[in-house]
Amino acid sequence: MTVQVAGGPEPFGRIRPVGDRALLVEVAGTAEVSALYGWLRERRAAGALPGVEEIVPAARTVLLDGVADLPALTALLRGVRPTAASSTPGPLLEVPTVYDGADLGEVAALWGVSAEAAVRIHTEPEYVVAFCGFAPGFGYLTGLSQRYGVPRRATPRSAVPVGSVALAGPYTGVYPRSSPGGWQLLGRTALPLWDTGREPAALLAPGARVRFTAVRDGGGRAAPAQASPAVRGGGAE
Amino acid sequence: MAALSELLVVRPGPLTTVQDLGRRGVAHLGVPRAGALDEPALRAANRLVGNDPGTAALESTLGGVALRALGPVVFATTGAPAPVRVDGRAAAWGAPVAVPAGALIDIGAATHGVRGYLAVAGGIAVPPVLGSRSADLLSGLGPAPLSVGDRLPVGPPPSYRPAPDLVPLPAPPVELVLRLRLGPHTDWFDPWSVARLAREHYRVAQAGNRIALRTEGPAVARARGGELPSEGMVLGAVQIPPDGLPVVFLADHPTTGGYPVIGVVPPADLAFAAQARPGTPVRFVPLRGR
Repeated sequence: MTVQVAGGPEPFGRIRPVGDRALLVEVAGTAEVSALYGWLRERRAAGALPGVEEIVPAARTVLLDGVADLPALTALLRGVRPTAASSTPGPLLEVPTVYDGADLGEVAALWGVSAEAAVRIHTEPEYVVAFCGFAPGFGYLTGLSQRYGVPRRATPRSAVPVGSVALAGPYTGVYPRSSPGGWQLLGRTALPLWDTGREPAALLAPGARVRFTAVRDGGGRAAPAQASPAVRGGGAE
Repeated sequence: MAALSELLVVRPGPLTTVQDLGRRGVAHLGVPRAGALDEPALRAANRLVGNDPGTAALESTLGGVALRALGPVVFATTGAPAPVRVDGRAAAWGAPVAVPAGALIDIGAATHGVRGYLAVAGGIAVPPVLGSRSADLLSGLGPAPLSVGDRLPVGPPPSYRPAPDLVPLPAPPVELVLRLRLGPHTDWFDPWSVARLAREHYRVAQAGNRIALRTEGPAVARARGGELPSEGMVLGAVQIPPDGLPVVFLADHPTTGGYPVIGVVPPADLAFAAQARPGTPVRFVPLRGR
């Protein structure tokens, strides 16, 4: 592990206190978030990050919550500048996907390519789960080139089936259960990505690396039969 | 192992859920913390019946709850004061009460406050999900809110017998005072507007729930437009949505959010927020220094 000590004049990121027990580290973008999150996770696993309950990465920030000693943690964070090379890459997960989503044609049209080419574009990169949010186990995956970013649907669907592989902005996501949603649906996977009876419950946890592979519909239902409670009070993605 | 006793839900009240201290260490997966909104009241109820303070109990909302004990149990009620009846006879609030098998435990409507807690010796032994038995009403994790006919397993009673104890009856709150540690996005707001937040009077809005306490009063004006990329949210965060009315995040809050946070209410004050009925005056008191 190589963690460079920040020697330059500019800090790695701005550190803002949040209440009396949390810190928000603001960095340039998702790559820096992933590097910092990976470094923090390894350091915690090694027992070298005492007194932090939650480490929550997001688009441009990492929140450290339930911090026992704010000044000590702030001092520690000021002295580090993690890079992608400073932590071991997460596990690689293959997500077999049937590319028959309702919005595949529309996305292909936005990209100016055929549906087949759109599938090739989407299965090409290695993705990384930058952060989770919206619902338990819903990961925001980065890896697709910025130029393939697509807007959300003007009118969200009231129910997106579990396992739907979808796009919005620069992100790919897989709906961990049926919920309302406004992302563009490319396809579906039968892989159960969220299961509270399993360890780990979430396959798409921050730091996980992901490849989507195109498969034919095996005849089985992509959506496993499970009672998924409707989101109550939450927003929609 | 079979449960030693069970509680049969006779009247669930408007909203009664199983709550303990909630989930920790899973916010990065998008899992809200959940847990009792009035944590000191949960701890007190558990202490009265000899449980560990974080044992799962029932959290009722305004209207109480009625349960039939299918075996002998010891229970205690705390939080929002309410009449307690066992088989129609008045019983103690805020003290342990032992009842025989078949007894009907009836907690009436809260006389003041909102959230009532009913702990039973041995705890509510529903299966834990991600380390907690709490119902999370944002994401639907944990047991669903109680409905008529539900049977709640009761765990083995603790061998420790608590010393006789009772909790003081809380006074009706005349005003909800929420201390506010400013930041991290105070700079998103007009400084005049931030100062005004401390001077003006707000009220608890009707639309509150386990996710957030909503307030009504003068809108807090933004100093800048644009959107904040989603970022991690803490318990007690005070978000200012586009309508300018402060929203205080409670236990079932989403793990990330995109509205700027003007300040954070310390957890100790959130127990009072949990008991403030709609219409209660709210005063925000910014904390200086650190």
